[in-house]
Amino acid sequence: MKNQLQKNYAVVIIGGGPAGLAAALGAREAGAEHVLIIDREVETGGILNQCIHSGFGLHYFKEELTGPEYAERFSQQVLSSKIELLTDSYVLNITPDLKLEVISRNHGYLNLQAKAVVLAMGCRERTRGAIRTPGFRPAGVMTAGLAQKMVNMKGVLPGRRVAILGSGDIGMIMARRLVLEGCQVVGVFELHPYSSGLSRNKVQCLDDFDIPLHLSTTVAFIHGRKRVEHLTIAPVTTQYVPNLNQSWDVKCDTLLFSIGLIPENELSARLRIKMDPSTGGPQVNSTMETSLPGVFACGNVLHVHDIVDFVSEESLRAGRFAAELALGMRRPGDNIALYPGENIASCVPHSLSSDREQIIYLRVKQPVKNATLSIGDRYEKKFKRLIPSEMVKLTLPPKILDHFFGERLRIEVSSGEAE
Amino acid sequence: MIKKNLTCISCPMSCQLELTIDNGEILQITGNGCKNGETYARQEFTNPQRVVTTTVACHSGLWPRLPVKTVAAVPKDKVAHVVRALHGVEVEAPVQLGQVIMENVAKTGVAVIATRSLPQTRLNNSCENP
Repeated sequence: MKNQLQKNYAVVIIGGGPAGLAAALGAREAGAEHVLIIDREVETGGILNQCIHSGFGLHYFKEELTGPEYAERFSQQVLSSKIELLTDSYVLNITPDLKLEVISRNHGYLNLQAKAVVLAMGCRERTRGAIRTPGFRPAGVMTAGLAQKMVNMKGVLPGRRVAILGSGDIGMIMARRLVLEGCQVVGVFELHPYSSGLSRNKVQCLDDFDIPLHLSTTVAFIHGRKRVEHLTIAPVTTQYVPNLNQSWDVKCDTLLFSIGLIPENELSARLRIKMDPSTGGPQVNSTMETSLPGVFACGNVLHVHDIVDFVSEESLRAGRFAAELALGMRRPGDNIALYPGENIASCVPHSLSSDREQIIYLRVKQPVKNATLSIGDRYEKKFKRLIPSEMVKLTLPPKILDHFFGERLRIEVSSGEAE
Repeated sequence: MIKKNLTCISCPMSCQLELTIDNGEILQITGNGCKNGETYARQEFTNPQRVVTTTVACHSGLWPRLPVKTVAAVPKDKVAHVVRALHGVEVEAPVQLGQVIMENVAKTGVAVIATRSLPQTRLNNSCENP
């Protein structure tokens, strides 16, 4: 064996996507000697490898990169930073004392011991089953991300005439991609009265190619025994109930679902760490540590981000804090709980510490204009426009928590006009 | 004098721009959060351009497709031409990130480059068996 895999690591990172790569770099930077990334794919980079469109890296690298370029920059740094990689390997279990059971193509069954573990497993797509779309179960029904991998990495088209349910970013990006590959995209159907992806994607993916976006509609029935033949599309009421009296038929052979992402937390659940139902990910303190000491979480496994640059920033910090813990440095615990108030769908982290700068990520529930975001009576910021699909990042200087002696702070978005 | 609304696509912030136009000339641009918004608005109003990303076939690579992009933005009405010109292009692994796949694609004067390195069939990672 070229490189004998050692059994004890300072930091083990589960997942080699953007979160895992950045966490590993963070951990090395903070001085951890033995850092290992475990990934189930044959290469690192995660989903970035199939996201061949550009638009990544504007915050982090200050230039516009495609997904594979963004991934390769991080993968190169990881390779030159003496970080070990275990690809084609799957973590079966983690014990509360941070022993990992791993199954690997090259090594078989392995037991590893970590001083700190970073959960960076990312997320997966919601499927037809999640929203129980009625109809038959023909071939040609799949998630937008699966179609993306088929087209961009394997060179296989999922179909010829495609409908897309959900205006998530991947759905809109796949609409454009499929048109460029010669498919006909008959329309994007969105349940909400607003697009659920970034506005820029609606402009450059749908508007540029004259792909119709039907708001407040859904797929009421999937027809076809062997292959998708047509769909019944119905408008929905304000309570999101399909109105079948006004439904119409759309002919297509493929239906892609782009209806949201779910953090992939099977390992976290088995560890019984505390979860946040609003994000679907673990609860973390301001060092990104979960309720189980030594276990950290970052990236889409923690909460679904819309831009990878935020994932990298968050994960670098998680990696650093994990390394500090592995090296025996302990920070003072968080003394202030942070909890969501009016029009806040979710916020991360779930607690703050008054001893340093804090970074908070949050999403609003409803689109609002001219909104004021406040954190207790400590902080206020005005926003022209806040929408659920665009995550807000706040950097709080340490001084705002000076002389705050309460136990909890409420974060909320007040007044403003509803959009 | 007319008003025109655009959504800036320079970054994920998606700023809502409002252009005040008189006689085909931009008088004022508002709503942009940064300088890129103004540049985008002028470009989009006079000559809209896009960076094109697609894939080409790759033999004996880890994956059968290689992602590529135009090194610079091309006129929007050339996007389909660029993709068509790349249809049927085949390259041989290994490929390096940034390797030029085609010069002057669809007579745009813009080159197309690989957006990843693609090793031959299986990766040699540090944990491989002898």
